[in-house]
Amino acid sequence: MDDSQATGGTATDRDLAEALCARVAEADASGMPIHITGGGTKAFYGRPVEGEILDLTGHRGITHYDPVELVVSVRTGTPLRELEDVLADAGQQLAFEPPHFGPGATVGGMIATGLSGPRRPWTGAVRDFVLGIRVITHQGRHLRFGGEVMKNVAGYDLSRLMTGALGTLGVITEVSLKVLPKPAASHSLCLQLPLANAMAKLTKWGQQPMPLSAAGWHDGRLYLRLEGGTRSVAANRARLGGEDLDPAFWTALREHTLPFFDRADPRPLWRLSLPHHTPPLDLAADVLYDWAGAQRWLRSDLPASAIRETAARAGGHATCYTPGAAEPFSPLTPVLAKYHRQLKMRLDPKGIFNPGRMYAEF
Amino acid sequence: MNILFDERLDGALPQADPQTTRERLRAALPGMTLLDREEDRRPFECDGLSAYRVMPMLVALPETVDQVVTLLKTCHELRVPVVTRGAGTGLSGGALPLEQGVLLVMSRFDRIVELDPEARIARVQPGVRNLAISEAAAPLGLYYAPDPSSQIACSIGGNVAENAGGVHCLKYGLTVHNVMAIEVITLEGEKMVLGSEALDAPGFDLLALFNGSEGMLGIITEVTVKLLPKPETAKVIMASFDDVEKAGQAVGAIIAAGIIPGGLEMMDQLAIQAAEDFIHAGYPTDAQAILLCELDGVEADVADDCQRVRAVLAEAGATDIRLARDEAERARFWAGRKNAFPAVGRLAPDYYCMDGTIPRRELPRVLKGIAALSKESGLRVANVFHAGDGNMHPLILFDANQPGELDLAESVGGRILELCVEVGGSITGEHGVGREKINQMCTQFKPDEITTFHAVKAAFDPEGLLNPGKNIPTLARCAEYGAMHVHNNQLPHPDLPRF
Ligand SMILES: Cc1cc2nc3c(=O)[nH]c(=O)nc-3n(C[C@H](O)[C@H](O)[C@H](O)COP(=O)(O)OP(=O)(O)OC[C@H]3O[C@@H](n4cnc5c(N)ncnc54)[C@H](O)[C@@H]3O)c2cc1C
Repeated sequence: MDDSQATGGTATDRDLAEALCARVAEADASGMPIHITGGGTKAFYGRPVEGEILDLTGHRGITHYDPVELVVSVRTGTPLRELEDVLADAGQQLAFEPPHFGPGATVGGMIATGLSGPRRPWTGAVRDFVLGIRVITHQGRHLRFGGEVMKNVAGYDLSRLMTGALGTLGVITEVSLKVLPKPAASHSLCLQLPLANAMAKLTKWGQQPMPLSAAGWHDGRLYLRLEGGTRSVAANRARLGGEDLDPAFWTALREHTLPFFDRADPRPLWRLSLPHHTPPLDLAADVLYDWAGAQRWLRSDLPASAIRETAARAGGHATCYTPGAAEPFSPLTPVLAKYHRQLKMRLDPKGIFNPGRMYAEF
Repeated sequence: MNILFDERLDGALPQADPQTTRERLRAALPGMTLLDREEDRRPFECDGLSAYRVMPMLVALPETVDQVVTLLKTCHELRVPVVTRGAGTGLSGGALPLEQGVLLVMSRFDRIVELDPEARIARVQPGVRNLAISEAAAPLGLYYAPDPSSQIACSIGGNVAENAGGVHCLKYGLTVHNVMAIEVITLEGEKMVLGSEALDAPGFDLLALFNGSEGMLGIITEVTVKLLPKPETAKVIMASFDDVEKAGQAVGAIIAAGIIPGGLEMMDQLAIQAAEDFIHAGYPTDAQAILLCELDGVEADVADDCQRVRAVLAEAGATDIRLARDEAERARFWAGRKNAFPAVGRLAPDYYCMDGTIPRRELPRVLKGIAALSKESGLRVANVFHAGDGNMHPLILFDANQPGELDLAESVGGRILELCVEVGGSITGEHGVGREKINQMCTQFKPDEITTFHAVKAAFDPEGLLNPGKNIPTLARCAEYGAMHVHNNQLPHPDLPRF
């Protein structure tokens, strides 16, 4: 096998596309909604779906991986762990550090939720690395959009549109992703610093060429990760000082296993997405900062409307991560809602794909 | 097959009455410039794909968003097609006017609304030139990363509409990776904001959908872009090769070494010669190919990477490796590359620029295919290549005054694009489909995929009034195109409905 070919494939690799297409076509004919599932690790994210389960976990395997091309194509039922291991063997990674939220996480769940980890502000989100998808449309047709090349502007960008759409526009069966080499050097550290000083420093560093790849703050401590070439990481490490930090901190932050995210805490967990330099919001809440301030986690009993209005005034939005919220996502403006409805109507006229998962009205 | 709008293949266009349209627009928008005299409309009859020209029915030059809203509402009500134009540098005929349509020119929206160094964003009107953003941000130590070679002229609105690239895409991404938010006016005159100054927004990723949508879904009236801190240093290495294939392999070897260069460009012999004659960049005119590899970032790392890249290039068989000694030489090396199109343009009365992408490993095969097509047609082809991300720009030289040569150049171009699709690539990496590649869309996509594109379009513009005929072909066009390309008695699209 030449080096441009796929990995050998494993015994568990399976292509179920044909059967999945048939199931979707049946659902469309009968108008019976389907609930698309992977490992179920992100079932809490969004609204509950009523429908027949369409389990993607059997549809798995890396179909093509060429490290020199910086591209991997993978069926969406593939465990995320398996994909990350194969990339790591070649010294590469998914630069957006997707959260797993459990051992069963699949590639499909990663694409459908579009969630990214601590490196996001510096390298981009899941959608920034999606090059192409294969998707089953409502008539049960297996189509391909985008491809395995870095640049492709032929037709509309359906790959990125469907990333983060929570399976409401089609069944994504395969995705091609840009992958990147792991950085040559990485060092994590922690500084004792009050919030105002930490934010001021992050804002200043953001305007300088500095090899940062993660920045969080909680309870008087600024957590930083430096990544890049050996010498620049060493120089910045010497300049910043602080205590060494176990890099497992970033995994725990990403996976919500830090004490802050304790599930026994009765207060709902909120995610605020804000312009990174937004000053501390006037909300009664315990706050953990990630993404250099652009993503803030809140533990708060305040009513959803108060949190949402404050986030919106700052130019951002708020998502409730605690299951059971009637509307986990910030409502859309009337004009945006209209075009969401029209897109949904055109791509899924009978409303069979994960109805209500994102918003009650579709 | 001619690419001008053909109602038989592209669908019936609403018959707008020029006089009514003019009167209604004048009445609704007394303060807006509306050109209707032939000599005033003439300069707008084509974009960068100048082989095709159509006189627009009317040319509107609004200056405020309210005017755009009123114009769209009026055109929607009268069912008059609207073609939007930025700076008109597009190479695929995306801004090619329609005889029955209004040309909406966004060039007067040329204000930088806000530069915020702490937020690291620039909020600009769509007619602002790409380079003007980086120039305005330079005193703050910031810049806007995507740098199409047309950056002195092209507009940011056009960049978003085409998802424009440049020579630094592999590391810094395309337009879609560098735009935070856009304000859009829909065909019905509604205003919406897609994206935000936060890193994401609720709902579908409509911002990504609008990037590269070629003015088919809405009019962009404001763009918020991400600014990056200027790299501490940037170095350029130029490597010469006596064989194009070796240069191609060197590209893979650099990436295999775990290095992502800021820019990684390749030029073949004809392009090197042309650029050298035009710019005097200091290129080795005896080389079969050169690679320009830019390494940027923090000083210490760049020094290390330069060492490693030199070693990789030597190993890959480079005959000469030169590090630009100073900023002036670095600028010269890039000037040669950035002016490659006009430079090649001096070699013949006309040139036709292609824009296919391929998996990099297929480069030798595609270059051989291009050489064969060149030989067969007798037309010279120069190759300029965003090698790092597999985006090729073959430049086909011809003389439009020789009967049949334009057709020949187009047919060679079309076959090059089909070759790109065959090896797993795309018919366009950054220049867009427009009218130019409307037929080749039928090669890249199956009818069901094209139908899905039409469904997306219909969600925003069910009557097809925004930029009709661009970007997505009708199935009727694909059927006709397929019928013309019968190979071995086999239709390439046997599954297409025939009309
Ligand atoms: C010498 C030369 C070199 C080039 N090099 C590159 C390169 O390196 N990389 C690259 O990507 N491109 C390159 N291009 C192509 C071109 O410059 C880009 O496609 C550019 O983005 C077009 O911008 P424009 O303002 O000229 O748009 P126009 O040509 O006016 O329009 C392009 C498309 O955008 C739409 N549009 C424009 N403004 C708006 C708006 N406000 N709202 C909605 N739709 C709009 C139009 O309808 C049309 O479909 C080059 C062109 C030339 C002539």
